[in-house]
Amino acid sequence: MAKTPNESGDRAPSRRLASLGRGLIYAVAVAGGILIYAYGFQVTQVSLEEARSPSRQERLVRILRALAEPDLVEYDEQETTAETSVWVPCPKTLPAFEPPSGTPSLSLEPRCGAPGERITAVGNGFPPGADGRVYFVPPNGIRLSQAEFRADTDGAFSVPIQLPERASPEVQTVLAAFQRNVGAPRLTRNAYDTWDKIVETVFMALLGTTFGTMVAVPLSFLAARNLMKDITGTVGGLALIVMALPVGALLGAIVWRVALAGSAAVTSSPFATAVVASASLAVVARTLRWAMPSEETSTPSLRIRAARIVALLVASLLGLLGSVLAARLMSYVGDQLAELLGLAAFIGTFLADLGDVLELILGAAAVGGVAVVVASLSGTLGARLRPRLPPSARRPYDLTLSALAGAVLGLLLGAFLAWLYRLVDVRVTVVAPAAVGAVVGLLLGWRAGTGDTFPIGLVVYNLTRTVLNVLRAVEPLIMVIVVAVWVGIGPFAGVLALSLHTVAALGKLFSEDVETIQSGPLEAVTATGATRLQMIVYAVVPQIVPTYVSLTMYRWDINVRLSTIIGFAGGGGIGFLLSQNANLGNYRAASAQILAIALVVTAMDYLSTYLRGKAV
Amino acid sequence: MRTGTSQPAMLSIRHLSKTYEGGVPALTDVSFDVPDGQFLAIIGLSGSGKSTLLRCINRLVEPTSGQIVWDGVDITAASRDETRRIRRQIGMVFQHFNLVHRSSVLTNVLAGRLGYVTPAWSLVNHFPKADVAKAMHELNRVGIPDKAHSRADELSGGQQQRVGVARALMQDPRMILADEPVASLDPVLAHSIMQYLELINREDNVMVLCSLHFLDLVHRYADRAIALNEGRLVFDGAPQEIDHARFKAIYGQDAERVG
Repeated sequence: MAKTPNESGDRAPSRRLASLGRGLIYAVAVAGGILIYAYGFQVTQVSLEEARSPSRQERLVRILRALAEPDLVEYDEQETTAETSVWVPCPKTLPAFEPPSGTPSLSLEPRCGAPGERITAVGNGFPPGADGRVYFVPPNGIRLSQAEFRADTDGAFSVPIQLPERASPEVQTVLAAFQRNVGAPRLTRNAYDTWDKIVETVFMALLGTTFGTMVAVPLSFLAARNLMKDITGTVGGLALIVMALPVGALLGAIVWRVALAGSAAVTSSPFATAVVASASLAVVARTLRWAMPSEETSTPSLRIRAARIVALLVASLLGLLGSVLAARLMSYVGDQLAELLGLAAFIGTFLADLGDVLELILGAAAVGGVAVVVASLSGTLGARLRPRLPPSARRPYDLTLSALAGAVLGLLLGAFLAWLYRLVDVRVTVVAPAAVGAVVGLLLGWRAGTGDTFPIGLVVYNLTRTVLNVLRAVEPLIMVIVVAVWVGIGPFAGVLALSLHTVAALGKLFSEDVETIQSGPLEAVTATGATRLQMIVYAVVPQIVPTYVSLTMYRWDINVRLSTIIGFAGGGGIGFLLSQNANLGNYRAASAQILAIALVVTAMDYLSTYLRGKAV
Repeated sequence: MRTGTSQPAMLSIRHLSKTYEGGVPALTDVSFDVPDGQFLAIIGLSGSGKSTLLRCINRLVEPTSGQIVWDGVDITAASRDETRRIRRQIGMVFQHFNLVHRSSVLTNVLAGRLGYVTPAWSLVNHFPKADVAKAMHELNRVGIPDKAHSRADELSGGQQQRVGVARALMQDPRMILADEPVASLDPVLAHSIMQYLELINREDNVMVLCSLHFLDLVHRYADRAIALNEGRLVFDGAPQEIDHARFKAIYGQDAERVG
């Protein structure tokens, strides 16, 4: 379409204005950029002058030379010396000059001098390249180092030395000494320490990755939008679940105490423990087989279902007791083995630690499990009850519950703040949080509306994402500072910090992988009448395995890098040794550690690439 | 010839509407009845609402309004657990087969049993022996017993769809929803898959609701056809009744018959 002259005439000035404006914006942007970088140079103290100064460069060269000679092997050393006499001050008559005999030899120019005078020490017949020191030896025999020397290719050197300030009538000695390596090389103390610490480092990374992955896998499902977005319910149902969770957790804690008390009664003898543990676990297995038939085509009667629920409850309690006993037994057997096995004692210690960890996990599982069961029961109860209410009563019911849930959450938050800041005012810790929580709950309930499409899944998704994001924002190097205060400086602190960061990093990467899987199989498995959990096991898990394996390998690789430096902040491993040596100026020792890190990280790089290639 | 009016309705769709998020209407006031044992073809252009209609029946898609009553049970009002019990009696076959590629064929077929087995056992991949035997039987029935232990993605398209049919058969279905089951297959394979559906329909007296693209398949296999156009029911009758005028009404004025 052709433009009329009038149209183009209208546009020309505005176009010119626009290009002027664009130019202005560019100019401002460039000026702003210059300002930002100028300020950046100032605050980061960029200074080439300092870097060019001779004293700095000398230091740099010294460090580089030390780094090039890692402290790994040492030899037995043999000292070779050459000495000559010196007079301070010059006596009236200088004894006749005796030409130096034998090799190596040392002479002075001049052979005497005033106190504090500078003279030259000349050596001959040294092995080419030999380096050592020239000492002044007063009559008391203590060597006072005066200068370093390095023999040239002819085995000669000449260095200035300074005569002592104190005069002495006696004849004194100047001595040149150098060390010569003899015998076979052997590893230094530093080499052994480096080996120990690099092994520690690799295992820190391994354990951190393992623990972190174990937590990250289930979390990643909660943080995957495609799995969570379909989980909806009523506001009242969500409120019931929110309220039931703390109650369930409390109940779980009580159950755990009871199980611990019950196990304490029988742990007096390991034999009895073993018998009770295996018997209770066997009973549990039988009960499970009865209460959970592998397949049912018809719905059983209410009485049978009730009996099953009771049986399952009893079985869970018994199972908890049996597992606690098994964990205790593991610790006991591990301790016994550790004493018996001698060199392989670490296997026994491992078993004992595993028992401790199992007990810890069981405690968490008991509290969490009861909380989840109570929450899901109350959720189901609410879902059954709500449709029976008259439609006009449903909204007030939802709103009441959401206000109550808000109040409960407010109270929990208040209790936490009271504990954290040691508050005692009841108005601040109880009344206000409950009131604010109730109002917020009411408002949220009001906003969410009355349908049963409140996106519970998305709420969980967003919460999980937020936690992961915050956790990931804190570098493990910073986490380890806090953890080290808790469990003490050492590799365990490093493992915990790495685990925590691994949870955050892998949780995000895993969930993003879940979000890219094909939805068809999910749909197909759901259509067979599978539960959500079955759908995840049969349609999601097979799709994500290769990527999860590959990401975990990659994370192990990263964790090895991280664990090499986490020691700088108290996390154990080789970083601890490296930071010590660097701070003490033992650059040759530090060099060995840097070398070890480079080797291990490179090896891990290749290994993880290779394994990832195999896994996919 | 069986049509909706000659027999009592087993499945009754009443005033079904579905509007997706963002206000896109997919189905508008669709009503029809299906008697037991009927092979019903659903035709219409891509995007006319065929998939949405099928997915509303087993509630993979939540209808916005309307009712679906099956054998006296209101599917649209079912609770979550009831929905699962309804779904396990409805087999579904998909255009893209929707197999889990990295799992074995046997596992894919056994997945059809998930609605029946106790969840806790199936989570550790434990199925009753009878189910495994049944899975082998169904694989035999669709002609690929030797592929049971192959990975699903090693199979050809036709073989994958047979696994899809076997998975649906594992459910002992009383109804099969087939969403363009042969659209990704060549004509020879298409007929072989359609013949399996026909067999299930005739031998086991299973109601089949099948969306199809090609009219010759509709003529060959269906007892009755319904047609959707932009989410509205525009035709309901015997396949033979689709003449030139009706064809234009279903597929639009620019459409040409290809098969």
